[in-house]
Amino acid sequence: MANANRPLSPHLQVYDMLQITALMSILHRITGVVLAGGLVLVLWWLVALASGREYYEVVMGIAGSWVGRLVLFGFTWALFYHLCNGLRHLYWDAGWGFEIPSVYRSGWMVVIASAVLTVLAWICAYAFGG
Amino acid sequence: MKISQLNTPLKNVRGLGSAKDGTEHWWMQRVTAIALVPLVFAFVVLMIRLAGANYATAAGIVGHPVVSGVLLLLVVTAFWHLKLGLQVVIEDYVHAPASKLFLMFANTFGCWIGALICILAVLKIAFGG
Repeated sequence: MANANRPLSPHLQVYDMLQITALMSILHRITGVVLAGGLVLVLWWLVALASGREYYEVVMGIAGSWVGRLVLFGFTWALFYHLCNGLRHLYWDAGWGFEIPSVYRSGWMVVIASAVLTVLAWICAYAFGG
Repeated sequence: MKISQLNTPLKNVRGLGSAKDGTEHWWMQRVTAIALVPLVFAFVVLMIRLAGANYATAAGIVGHPVVSGVLLLLVVTAFWHLKLGLQVVIEDYVHAPASKLFLMFANTFGCWIGALICILAVLKIAFGG
């Protein structure tokens, strides 16, 4: 190896995290890793439902507590953020939207859409759930 | 001199690069991503419907063949997408060979086991027992 001390990822010092572009990029990765935990919760829910009434009610009690709801609200946003920003990535993959104003516009669209979808899902859950 | 001039013509035609799988990883991440868009929306609708529902209602709805089928597609696609995504994160940030190898194995095994547990749970709910 010519230079063993060359910089390796993550080289966060080269980025200005106050830029929405850089912040949204790392948030896509962070929400992706967080959603691994979300998938474990899906697994837990399915196993609980397969286990029978008694254990399902225990799990629903935990999920329905205020801490449970707060955690699930967070996962809902992480899911919608990763979904919306993933669509933004697919849009880029198609070769579109690389001009700087377009990148910023799509970024704000993702931020707003993820927030709106999260709140909307919870309003629907309280209105139509059960 | 371009890299392509150092390669054999066959290697250029195959276009598989040093990892021998070409764009397979990148492409499957996109394929699973696109598949997950409708599946995630369907899952959110299901979660809204089942929020606060009792056991009998939840088991009845999840046991419906359409719902079970969508959930099976969802868990397989989601764990597949997760495996590909976490692999990239490990490759980017973990540079020590031993840790990297361990995490790569843990990721692969964990995602396969997770997907299998979900599949078995959905089948149990769908077919009773």
